[in-house]
Amino acid sequence: MKARRGPLRWLATGGLALGLGWSALLPAETLEPIVVGYLGMERPDDREPLSVLDPVLDDEGVQGARLGINDNNASAQFLGQEFVLHEATVAEGGEIDEALEGLVEQGVEWIVSDLPADALLEVMAHPDLGARIVFNARAPDDPLRSEACHSQLYHTTPSRRMLADALAQFLGFKQWNRWALVYGNTEEDRILADVLRAAAERYGHRIVGDKQWPHDPMARRAEGGFHAIQREIPVFVQDLPEHDVLVIADETDYFGEYFPYQTWAPRPVVGTQGLIATPWHRAHESWGAVQLQRRFEELAERWMTPRDFAAWLALRSLGEAAARTGSVERETILDYMLSEEFELAGYLGLPVSYRAWNHQLRQPILVTGPRMVASVSPQEGYLHPRTPLDSLGVDEGESTCRF
Amino acid sequence: MPFLSQRNMTATLKRAVLGLVLGTLPLAAQAERIFVSNEKDNTVSVIDGTSLEAVETIEVGRRPRAMAFSSDGSELFVAVGDDEAIDIIDLGTLKVVRSQSAGDDPEVIRVDPNRPYVYISNEDDNIVSVIDYERRTLVDEIPVGVEPEGLGISPDGRWLISTTETSNMAHIIDLEAREAVHHRLVGARPRHAEFTHDGRKAWVSSEIAGVVSILDMVESFDVEHVIRFDVPGVPRETVQAVGVALTSDGRYGFVALGPSNRVAVIDQQSYEVLDYILVGQRVWHLALNGDESRLYTTNGVSGDVTVIEIDGLRAVKSIPVGRFPWGVIVQP
Repeated sequence: MKARRGPLRWLATGGLALGLGWSALLPAETLEPIVVGYLGMERPDDREPLSVLDPVLDDEGVQGARLGINDNNASAQFLGQEFVLHEATVAEGGEIDEALEGLVEQGVEWIVSDLPADALLEVMAHPDLGARIVFNARAPDDPLRSEACHSQLYHTTPSRRMLADALAQFLGFKQWNRWALVYGNTEEDRILADVLRAAAERYGHRIVGDKQWPHDPMARRAEGGFHAIQREIPVFVQDLPEHDVLVIADETDYFGEYFPYQTWAPRPVVGTQGLIATPWHRAHESWGAVQLQRRFEELAERWMTPRDFAAWLALRSLGEAAARTGSVERETILDYMLSEEFELAGYLGLPVSYRAWNHQLRQPILVTGPRMVASVSPQEGYLHPRTPLDSLGVDEGESTCRF
Repeated sequence: MPFLSQRNMTATLKRAVLGLVLGTLPLAAQAERIFVSNEKDNTVSVIDGTSLEAVETIEVGRRPRAMAFSSDGSELFVAVGDDEAIDIIDLGTLKVVRSQSAGDDPEVIRVDPNRPYVYISNEDDNIVSVIDYERRTLVDEIPVGVEPEGLGISPDGRWLISTTETSNMAHIIDLEAREAVHHRLVGARPRHAEFTHDGRKAWVSSEIAGVVSILDMVESFDVEHVIRFDVPGVPRETVQAVGVALTSDGRYGFVALGPSNRVAVIDQQSYEVLDYILVGQRVWHLALNGDESRLYTTNGVSGDVTVIEIDGLRAVKSIPVGRFPWGVIVQP
């Protein structure tokens, strides 16, 4: 009973099967293309997740973009539009210029950036960028949304501050107001520690003490490695003052996983490990998210990560704006994307949309343990005159972004 | 404690009397029954339409959501998504008598008024399945957009509307040809489609956009009006349109507004929003009773059913049911 007939049958296979039955569907029309470029950077060889349970991924981000293209085209066929993706991935610290130039030569008009902040800034400064629009699907750095903002740059990944605010609101709901902070010895972790301190102050928490983890990344696997950890961690945190939660800032995931169950006082571990704030997680299945998880897993044969999700959101933003306006023109799409009409279903319960003052996508943030979602922020009771979503991240009045 | 036992005694007496009445007048005394699918409990609650109390709990498969009666009214179909099946309940014995396999994750079902067919939206496969429930065979699979969810069938069985949550479209399917012939953009994340009783219009609700699109089903098949909601004192994002119920006299339309915990009352002719009725938390689906004097709502988060009297448009009672009540249907 799986026989397919008629021009629309290819849809059931859902994939990149463009052209199959396409001409039969719209014989007289030429499809208007929207050409998108994915620009990514390879993972540093020495950076792997601390837990061996986490797979080491080399296609993070790009798979989200691919799914976004598929999802867009499944609707675009009814509207005479077509999304096309070109992919470019550079080596760590590689030549961004060449990759960008290559994408431009292929006719790319929109770019999804899966790059760290410094590489992204290179793209924004490159003369070949022209008037093209870049979606930042990876860099959480707050300055990109503030003093270093750019009118052609949109952010589908949340800023560090949005994540910290989401966590701080949940801890506020729990009334776990005394935080002890342990941060890593990387630049990212020092920045994150500052962002967490500011969030604590904003939401009425108190950081009773903080410490920097003194070690460099250790071997991921070592025979009997836990013996040392079991002795080391309690001693390390023993002199921190009485606290409700132990907050870890370890963005590169090289030591934070050692802390749960090893603390001196019996306290929950939160932050970048333990209970985390994240835009996406495999344990999230509410609001139809199970559908997106399944579609992604069918395509990529692995779980969807926050980077995949941010790339997917960038593509879906374009798909939604192009469908609603019936246009593939840049100005028309951007006008709609920044208007109050724009509401994208992101499987997070509330519609997501762009903040006009810094082009950050406002979005609910999951607060989740390793295996089960605990909550979604914004938390009830944190009010905002525009939308509760704007209680997460830099608000209009305090934004230093000037386009 | 004496108070409690007195109550128990009264209840026992009531049951005894009811049993007597039922024993002597088995058909005439049969009150209306309201069936509620409890998504997280794997049960269907049965509410007595006279006492307005849950009187029975039917064990069904995993994750029961949409329900529909067979055309002859003798059976209740319950889509049990995690079992990839439709459980069929005998309305005499209130037992699951068989289970029909129904493809990946069946969520919403509709029964054809003329043919022995049940239509099923299979979200993961981007298809609407057509199953012959008498022969127990798969008749066809109709391709639609991404994540088909809501289904609405015209009273004459000519048209089926499938709403796709990610494509944001209402796909209008000609049931003779079993082919989607029109595709119309509607509000973000369309969840439900309901035809007016004269079959001339279809109401399509959109969860994320929080609107209802009215489609002309006679000539153009276009969206000819969009109903928007503005609940005073409630954040706009929580106003999410889901279940729809329409009175047969063409007077009222009711729309469940999800986590805003309100049911909107709409003039079915002018599309003016007349009122918002406060109900339980995360109101999801709605059903009118036989003489359309009452409206029942499922409230997922508070785990209850609100009873609204149509005369006066007042919520009069909350009835606790199972965990995460999703669908509701009334057996007159």
